Amino acid sequence: MSKAAELAALIGSQSSLSNRNLVINGDMAVAQRGTSATSQSGTDIRLLDMWQLVEGADAVFTIAQSSTAPDGFNNSLKIDTTTADSSLSTTQFASVKTRFEGLNLQQLQFGTSSAKPLTLSFWVRSNVTGTYSVMIALSDATNIYQSHTYAISSADTWEKKTITFIGDTTTAIPDDNTSGFLLDFCLGSGTAYTSGGATGSAWSSSATSYFGGHAVNIMASTSNEFLLTGVQLEIGEVATPFEHISYGDNLFRCQRYYWQFGTGDPQYTPIGTGVSEGSFSNIDIFYPTKMRATPTIAYSGIQVFDGSTAEDVTGTRGSSAGLQSIHFQPNHGSLVVGRGVHAYLTGTSGYFSFDSEL
Amino acid sequence: MNEINITSAKYGYGNSCINANIDSINITVPLDPDNRHYAEIKRQVDAGELTIEDAD
Repeated sequence: MSKAAELAALIGSQSSLSNRNLVINGDMAVAQRGTSATSQSGTDIRLLDMWQLVEGADAVFTIAQSSTAPDGFNNSLKIDTTTADSSLSTTQFASVKTRFEGLNLQQLQFGTSSAKPLTLSFWVRSNVTGTYSVMIALSDATNIYQSHTYAISSADTWEKKTITFIGDTTTAIPDDNTSGFLLDFCLGSGTAYTSGGATGSAWSSSATSYFGGHAVNIMASTSNEFLLTGVQLEIGEVATPFEHISYGDNLFRCQRYYWQFGTGDPQYTPIGTGVSEGSFSNIDIFYPTKMRATPTIAYSGIQVFDGSTAEDVTGTRGSSAGLQSIHFQPNHGSLVVGRGVHAYLTGTSGYFSFDSEL
Repeated sequence: MNEINITSAKYGYGNSCINANIDSINITVPLDPDNRHYAEIKRQVDAGELTIEDAD
């Protein structure tokens, strides 16, 4: 596309010139948890920020932030099958999804006669050619879907895909912090979710159209892989060029949903300060931004120091968490009551995470 | 479809949180219905699949 054509498309999209992309971390640049995870299975696999891998079959994956990417991108989300499941039951499937907070979607005007269409563009690559499904779902109680198919035509070659979804004039997206909407790329599915065919430009509540028309199975062989990047979902019927933002801006957006100490932070990185009560302490930690919901915390390799003695954190006595800070009570060996303490990472593998992803 | 694998759950001091083992990781979960881990714990408790131990 020429620069003039790009500009014309951007103006013609009737969308804003910035903040067009509803997808956070669509370029797969932010990976706070790490860059690779092996032996992954189950329905809540998280590695790259804002992206969830769902393995609802008997396969096992390695998931990674890959440097294999199309021109203009440095990263992709890569999913490798390491244990195959070549015979899916009717209800087994695997997919890659990202969710959207309802309060970020009100400009779509769903549930009104002015509901806006959406255009999805993305880069995809796999050794498995054939017909794939991608769908969007209103993930509140109504749970209705719009699924489309796309083809990967050439093995091991980056291909850019563009799909337009119609708006929904009947179902409003709640204006709150819950998941009002999701985008789901199918990797393989039993017939319970494919046999109805793609909905195309229509909304459906039929489960048989959830991944309608999907016809390949990434899980069928340990030789198979699926790579995805440059995911952009924007208002209008025109796919504009991918909206690149700075890494810092991208990271800050992600931190509303997840952030952590660790992964690149050095030994003795401070986490928070407080007061000892002997076998436990009171530590206050402040978040870099207001989180979507009260976060789950997880940690490993943490110590508390009272000025003369350092003790390993062995568990959580209690915690009072909010959207901007947490009062954390770690259990540990005996420290002097009443002394000021600080908590820190004991080594480069230590971490302390805060998770409020959708 | 598999569920999130929760092998234990116990209230923290003052019932301020739930200390749980989910997918082999020890985590502390707030009592917030918008938190996906709490929502899953509550779903499994309501389904009779999980019991939350009392706090010490």
